[in-house]
Amino acid sequence: MHGRIRTWGPGALVLLPTVLLLGYFVYGLIAWSFNTSLTNRHTARSGPADYVGFENYGHLFSEDRFLNSLKNLGVLTVAFIVGTLIFGLIWALLLEKGVPGESIFRSVFLFPMAISMIASGVVWGWLLNPSTGDDARGLNRLFAILHLNFLENPWWTAGSRWTTMMSIALPAVWQMSGYIMALFLAGFRGIPPELREAARVDGASEFKLYRHVLFPQLSPIALSALIILGHISLKLFDLIYAITGPNQFRTEVPAILMWNTLLRSDQAKAAAIAIVMLAVVAVLVIPYLALTVRQEEKR
Amino acid sequence: MRGGLSKTLAVLGAAGLLAVSACGNSDDNGGSGDSAASKDVTVFTWWADGGEKAGLDGLVSVFNTECKDYKFVNAAVAGGAGSNAKQVLANDLASKNPPSTFQAHAGAELRDYINAGQVDDVSGLYKEFGLDKAFPQNLIDNLTVEGKIYSIPANVHRANVVWANPTVLKKANIDAAKAPATVDAWIADMDKLKAAGVKAPLAISKGFAQEMLVEAVLLAELGADKFTGLWNGKTDWAGADVTAALEKYKKMLSYTNADREAIDWPDALGYVNKGQAGYTLMGDWVAAQQLADKVPESSYTYWPSPGTAGNFQFLADSFTLPTGGKDPEGAKCWLKVTGSAEGQKAFNTKKGSIPARSDANPADYPKYQQSAMADWKKDKIVPSCAHGAACSVGQNNDILSAISQFSGSQDVAKLQSALGTAMKTS
Repeated sequence: MHGRIRTWGPGALVLLPTVLLLGYFVYGLIAWSFNTSLTNRHTARSGPADYVGFENYGHLFSEDRFLNSLKNLGVLTVAFIVGTLIFGLIWALLLEKGVPGESIFRSVFLFPMAISMIASGVVWGWLLNPSTGDDARGLNRLFAILHLNFLENPWWTAGSRWTTMMSIALPAVWQMSGYIMALFLAGFRGIPPELREAARVDGASEFKLYRHVLFPQLSPIALSALIILGHISLKLFDLIYAITGPNQFRTEVPAILMWNTLLRSDQAKAAAIAIVMLAVVAVLVIPYLALTVRQEEKR
Repeated sequence: MRGGLSKTLAVLGAAGLLAVSACGNSDDNGGSGDSAASKDVTVFTWWADGGEKAGLDGLVSVFNTECKDYKFVNAAVAGGAGSNAKQVLANDLASKNPPSTFQAHAGAELRDYINAGQVDDVSGLYKEFGLDKAFPQNLIDNLTVEGKIYSIPANVHRANVVWANPTVLKKANIDAAKAPATVDAWIADMDKLKAAGVKAPLAISKGFAQEMLVEAVLLAELGADKFTGLWNGKTDWAGADVTAALEKYKKMLSYTNADREAIDWPDALGYVNKGQAGYTLMGDWVAAQQLADKVPESSYTYWPSPGTAGNFQFLADSFTLPTGGKDPEGAKCWLKVTGSAEGQKAFNTKKGSIPARSDANPADYPKYQQSAMADWKKDKIVPSCAHGAACSVGQNNDILSAISQFSGSQDVAKLQSALGTAMKTS
């Protein structure tokens, strides 16, 4: 008996604080939010509230504003992930080829990540000024100076949902592409040189080398990148808040709607939005976790 | 090298902490000249800098002489229009740790706190301090919620003011000194300006500035009584007169700058000052801004928004008495100072607003405020939704969302139904 405790006891003791803290502050509070989302606590008044089942969720999914925010989020996520993966991969490919001053380029591409989104959002808000023609400012002004006037556009302030949310995704892509580049670059560097040599000896063209030898080895990294970018995009709040302000219907995503809802003390509805966001992230993350666990078991 | 860097960072971090705590200290001490004071009065505001901070300091100096038994503790949270402060306050109130008194827009915006049982009725204090006589009856009616009043206003701002650039208007031979009589006449003037080469005659910014323009048009087209009825449920939002007014608002948007969703009101004012635009509609805090920016008085004019002359669309900052506050007597002394003639003078001459009391002496105030004080006495007082006098936080939030949607879609029917729906929520 004593012997057994000695084997698992110390381990359990080390884990205990983590389990307690995570259990309370993460999972406990998720449960609490879920509980709140089932009540009619629509003011800041304390005291008991009545349970109304899933009524709050029903209202949410029949509400124009919430559905709009979900659609915005979907478009934003697609634009952000595709854009970041493309730029990250291109930069990684260029650096992987070995350029002089590689470390400088690596840092330059990574630097945007070091800026907080609220700060870069303020500046991007100025850059994405929708004025065109003689009054053009920000990027539109740059286009005018470069005689690329056809590129001038109203950014997020007019046009379809796609152009609107792609304009919002642009700063996020700028900010996160360097990180994805670093991920892919590490992936390329982790591939043993023998594989390339063997492929070249077998007469593979450069294209075939990447297509059939190198890229397949990067797929776990691509999957990780997808998950990381996905959950960043789903939680995106500060960047949009800084660029467009908190009450912009065109660019509202669930995180911002939740903030607005909480500001008016509608706790039950805000909790319901939070739980929907959690569910959307879970749809993305849980299969990934399951996959990782299964792969680890195989080893 | 590595150790050097982390050491540098540690030193920087420590210096940062010191700077922060130093700020905290200076804030705590700010204005509390009286060392013999015994009990703390925590005053929660979002007046952290500029003219607002100067106004608060003025109020504090009166408080220090009038309420010698108490000590002022500044609990200001910076951030425009209380955007950060409201979150902090909500936490404090929810955890039953309210400040002695907190700042809030007077009127319907208090409804959230009232519904949550977080503020006390202060109508008794109105009688005790004689405020029911000192404030215009019209204002008191606007502050009363179901027979009770929950805050004491420190100042009054006017929302329905148009600021114009005479040099620009001269290009189209428009007399800048005289306001167009109606919204239609104003639109006709904007047509003239466009013909004279002013591309965007009406400068406007995002969010609440557009809401204020919608309100000004509604007020002009519906008249004061029907307009007030929109907010208290007596006027139908679905009416044909509302549709007509919103159509005019839509027309007016076509005279505005293309970057309206991307700029704030000082930028829009800048367009007018620089001569890129003829008009902008904004509350009378513009007067203080123009003074601060040293814009000469001859280079701009102002009048009530066309069609709303004789109506004073007000908004007011006020102080409350939170339920379960630690030292209600000290808070009451603060409220007394807030409502007193002396306190209102000390506050408003510095903040650039006018006193809510009708017995103030105009000679103490700058030129714009003198005209506003004259209007405050004789005009009909109507509330502003954008600044919390007529709408709760939630209603205002829904309205802002609908107006930002309209800025892109230009769908009048949708805007009208969204506004009606917003006012049905709490």
